[in-house]
Amino acid sequence: MIEEFLNVSSDKLIESVMQTLYMLGWSLFFGMILGVPLGLLLVFTRKEGLLNNKVFYFLINGIVNLVRSVPFVILLVFIAPLTKAITGTRIGTKAAIVPLVFYIAPYLARLIESSFLEVKSGILEAAKAMGANTFQVIWYFLLPEAKASLVLAITTGTIGLLGATAMAGVIGGGGVGDLALTYGY
Amino acid sequence: MEKGDIFGVIGYSGAGKSTLLRLVNGLEKSDSGKVLIDGKDITNLSKAELNGMRKNIGMVFQQFNLLESQTVYQNIALPLIMSGMKKKEIQIRVEELLNFVGLDKKSKAYVSQLSGGQKQRVGIARAIATNPKILLCDEATSALDPKTTESVLRLLKKINTELEITILLITHEMNVISKICNKVAVMEEGQICEQGKTVNVFRNPVKSITKEFVNTVINSSIPSPLLKDLNYQDPIIRITFFGENSKQSLISKINKQFQVDTTILFASVNELGDNILGILILQLRGEEEEIKKVEDYIRSQNVGIERMVI
Repeated sequence: MIEEFLNVSSDKLIESVMQTLYMLGWSLFFGMILGVPLGLLLVFTRKEGLLNNKVFYFLINGIVNLVRSVPFVILLVFIAPLTKAITGTRIGTKAAIVPLVFYIAPYLARLIESSFLEVKSGILEAAKAMGANTFQVIWYFLLPEAKASLVLAITTGTIGLLGATAMAGVIGGGGVGDLALTYGY
Repeated sequence: MEKGDIFGVIGYSGAGKSTLLRLVNGLEKSDSGKVLIDGKDITNLSKAELNGMRKNIGMVFQQFNLLESQTVYQNIALPLIMSGMKKKEIQIRVEELLNFVGLDKKSKAYVSQLSGGQKQRVGIARAIATNPKILLCDEATSALDPKTTESVLRLLKKINTELEITILLITHEMNVISKICNKVAVMEEGQICEQGKTVNVFRNPVKSITKEFVNTVINSSIPSPLLKDLNYQDPIIRITFFGENSKQSLISKINKQFQVDTTILFASVNELGDNILGILILQLRGEEEEIKKVEDYIRSQNVGIERMVI
């Protein structure tokens, strides 16, 4: 029934779903590895932050803004040489992960930054007054207080990422989005 | 400040009270000068040393600054976990603290479910969890209603006497000072303009700002209807009794021993911590010489006296 309705074979559909999940999973994984520290750095190096560092903040903030403002389709093509260097190929599902990571990491960094900034500054003051070091401030104070907001941020990020995987078809990444573009028309 | 004090700093907003308090645990850096704790200057400590020192100084905040997403137990346990205590010991200590602040039934409650007074009790329990020597209170009662303020102040007093923790508190309510502080400093524009034992400051405030603050708790002015018909020729004196002195029958003795008439223009008896401060404003009518004798007599009874100019 689904085959009749969508006009594609179920094999193709399953394959596309798997490709989408594959891209989504891996790029989210690597995106978090890059994005979480970036987000934390954004929080800590800002003027009111624990490690107030103008140069660092300026740099990271600039990079995040720059990458975020490049449309994903252009990013896909633009970093192709880097993709080749990392995965050994410019096309295919695996190759799509690299631009996806570059797309999602700064986005996650921003979302995580705003989650942490929602934590009241009084909490940080209390932490410092208790003699907490930087690690303890993050682990015992920031994370528990920002937890709910962080989950929301990562959900938002994942939805954004799902949207981006649809464009991976441009470099032959496949996925549900590509399937819809190819057969849907 | 000495060990065992409850030292109050009072001033209007922007007077620099909070900054003063934050200098003590290094949350604020000083441009010049020294901050001595136990004779040790803390202004040039390294970050690790500063963190170590802060474990010996508890702090209570106006806005409580508790972790809202966690339970009462978790909040109080935090400083203990950070100091590397074992889980079993933490449990014992937290229960002890909860009993002490009277929240033993709220251990599993989330902070967001508590009332203001209860939150502040949790804040206090957290601040004294690691057995600090000093407790800093930043407007600890300013966000609370009068009744809750009272009970929190009683708790602070208990901490001071039973646990022998020195307390430095800042406030803009003279009421707080009169209830628990044994010493007080008045701040204005970043400077301490008057300080001393609370009783002395209350008896004889010197600066006008101090008088304003004292007046918020102890009104000692002549009621205005009386002022209208006042005979300004005769001297008016203000007498302050303190503690044991307030029990003597001064007025009747004056009337019996001297040839003067006394009119009472104002009288009040006030609680000051565990003590009593009485204020009496009298007008004396009689020969100038006889009045001088009366004044000398009052002085000899260890009672404060001053002539008022109206």
